[in-house]
Amino acid sequence: MAGDCWLILGASSSIARAFARAVAERGDRVLLAGRDQDDLARTAADLGIRYGVECEILEFDALAFDRHADFAALVEARAFGSLNVFLAFGTMVDQSQIDRSPSLARLVLDTNLGGAISILSHLAPVMEAQGKGRIVVIGSVAGDRGRRANHVYGAAKAGLHAYCQGLRARLFRSGVTLTTIKPGFVDTSMTWGLPGLFLVASPAACARACLRHADRGAGVRYVPAFWWGIMTTIRLIPEPLFKRLSI
Amino acid sequence: MTLTGWGRTAWAGVTAARPERIRDVYEILGDVGDDGLIVHGAGRSYGDVALNRDGRVLLSERLDRILAFDEATGEIVCEAGVTFAELIETFLPRGFLVPVAPGTSFATVGGAVANDVHGKNHDRVGSFGDHVRWFEMALPDGQLIRVDPDTQPGLFAATVGGLGLTGVLLTVCFRMVTVPSARMEVEESRIPDLDAFLDALVAVRETADYSVGWIDALASGASLGRGILQTAFFKTDAPATFRPRRRISVPADLPGWVLNPVTVSTFNRFYFRRVPEEGRTGERAADAFLFPLDAVGRWNRIYGRRGFYQFQCVIPDDAAGDGIRKLLEIASSARAGSFLAVLKTLGGEGRGFLSFPMRGVTLALDFPARRGVRELLHRLTDITMLHGGRVYLAKDAVLTPEQFSEMYPRLDDFRAVLRDVDPDGRMRSDLSRRLHIRGEGEWRATAGSSWAHPPA
Repeated sequence: MAGDCWLILGASSSIARAFARAVAERGDRVLLAGRDQDDLARTAADLGIRYGVECEILEFDALAFDRHADFAALVEARAFGSLNVFLAFGTMVDQSQIDRSPSLARLVLDTNLGGAISILSHLAPVMEAQGKGRIVVIGSVAGDRGRRANHVYGAAKAGLHAYCQGLRARLFRSGVTLTTIKPGFVDTSMTWGLPGLFLVASPAACARACLRHADRGAGVRYVPAFWWGIMTTIRLIPEPLFKRLSI
Repeated sequence: MTLTGWGRTAWAGVTAARPERIRDVYEILGDVGDDGLIVHGAGRSYGDVALNRDGRVLLSERLDRILAFDEATGEIVCEAGVTFAELIETFLPRGFLVPVAPGTSFATVGGAVANDVHGKNHDRVGSFGDHVRWFEMALPDGQLIRVDPDTQPGLFAATVGGLGLTGVLLTVCFRMVTVPSARMEVEESRIPDLDAFLDALVAVRETADYSVGWIDALASGASLGRGILQTAFFKTDAPATFRPRRRISVPADLPGWVLNPVTVSTFNRFYFRRVPEEGRTGERAADAFLFPLDAVGRWNRIYGRRGFYQFQCVIPDDAAGDGIRKLLEIASSARAGSFLAVLKTLGGEGRGFLSFPMRGVTLALDFPARRGVRELLHRLTDITMLHGGRVYLAKDAVLTPEQFSEMYPRLDDFRAVLRDVDPDGRMRSDLSRRLHIRGEGEWRATAGSSWAHPPA
């Protein structure tokens, strides 16, 4: 069976749901992976009815490291046509909450960094063997500079960024592309109700941009693109000054 | 956050939550605070039906998945936040259409159930609730329940047209209808006055697929009630292809003075003359006929920052001639700048205890929010009462609790169900408080009015 197949990790998130619609609309097959099977079944039904694509759901838990190898094998068996990966899972715990209960830091690191590295490491050989395909990883502008307001989450995303840089170089040799997307403010449950947001992008717009960048095999992209300017400015602020700012 | 109805005359500061999956709904129901919770869909109701000042609001827009569709029967199951626009885009090319289409396609299915909406085909097919097979909802206490009219007749009748007060709708199953194409043949004719209009509407109510009248509400004297009658049928020899229309959008609030009696009556005259004296017949995309105003995004901005009121009532057939005449006389003499008014026939009562429709003639009028308009609305409401009619709650702004209970004779049945499923009053809205829908005891000493100007 020809055609593209997208494995969507963390498929209940709003960006992932929008991305699934975007690829299903053009006829790609979709494998939805996540913990909330009831929710995934609803999304699967929706994609099937709206776009007439085949859609399957898989159980996946980023924290269940010992099951990641089996999961990768299952994906390899289920993916018809060319496999592509969209990694959208993640958790953001409020920094003040982590400051109060420091053990929460591990959850943030294990999910956003450990879980992502683990599953990508297991999927990498599958992609290499295929000799083509796209991987999209949802990073974050938070990883560009450690901020007082969310430095544990930022540290995880910074680590993920570094991992993806290396993995990109490795996969490049077998014709597989890896695109790191750094969303600015996107209207998701993660940003819902946060004060001080501006120029918020819809999940659908973010998803379309992700797909566009993936199709071109881009490396690292900010979405919306103007966030490159904002983050470059923030990165350039000297540390002695930065630590005094409340950015 | 601050929410408003489509008319932008009712505003409410609320604590909002926007669930992205069903299980989030239970969490939200677990803590509704002191002032209760109401669901807010696409925000296309005009007034305060989906507002809850200082209380909690559940935004249903992200619960937008289609869960099942049966090509053989047209039966569809979808989440409550799915909009008519999505259903039409998905199913019209396959030859299926929603059985009832409200005036805007941006409304949600949940809102269509909660307000038991009607379309331009009410005489023949009834309102949206008439096509609902069953629905799943979370009761105010968090219990998941599947409701169909046979096993849960009371809860079904209290939820259809129930203004969101019986709980949170999660999924709805209803039947789509098959259509031969995505295009309609629309016949338009000039109608010189009100009597002729009522005769013409009554003459086509049983025969036309769709019918609607557009009235120049500023015309008076001999031409009172003049306007354009549109009747429409689906074409059989046209393709089912559906292309979303190109939309323009009103970029900002127009200044309040733009709509004045002169500009509006000029527009209305133009609209009337657009159709040649002998009438005309033309082909139109189904969505362009069903949702003419959807072509202009955020059209509510043309009324300016102060917003507008929409008044809609239905008057029973035998009193319609007299009642509609009085309403139009008041509207036109007030020179309040009512844009095109809409006149339609309705076929009969809905299935809900608080369903709006009854067999008769319905009139809808827009008024920019100006000094004196609320008094005008009161007068229109009083006349509606006098003629045994009913005001549409999805648009109402001025009804009193006494008028409400007289217009909606099945209110006691509704209250009995509410006492049963929501004894603590967890589901509340500004409308429910304003009209004492739950009963006398609902009034909250601290409640203010949400009918105020937007916060600066």
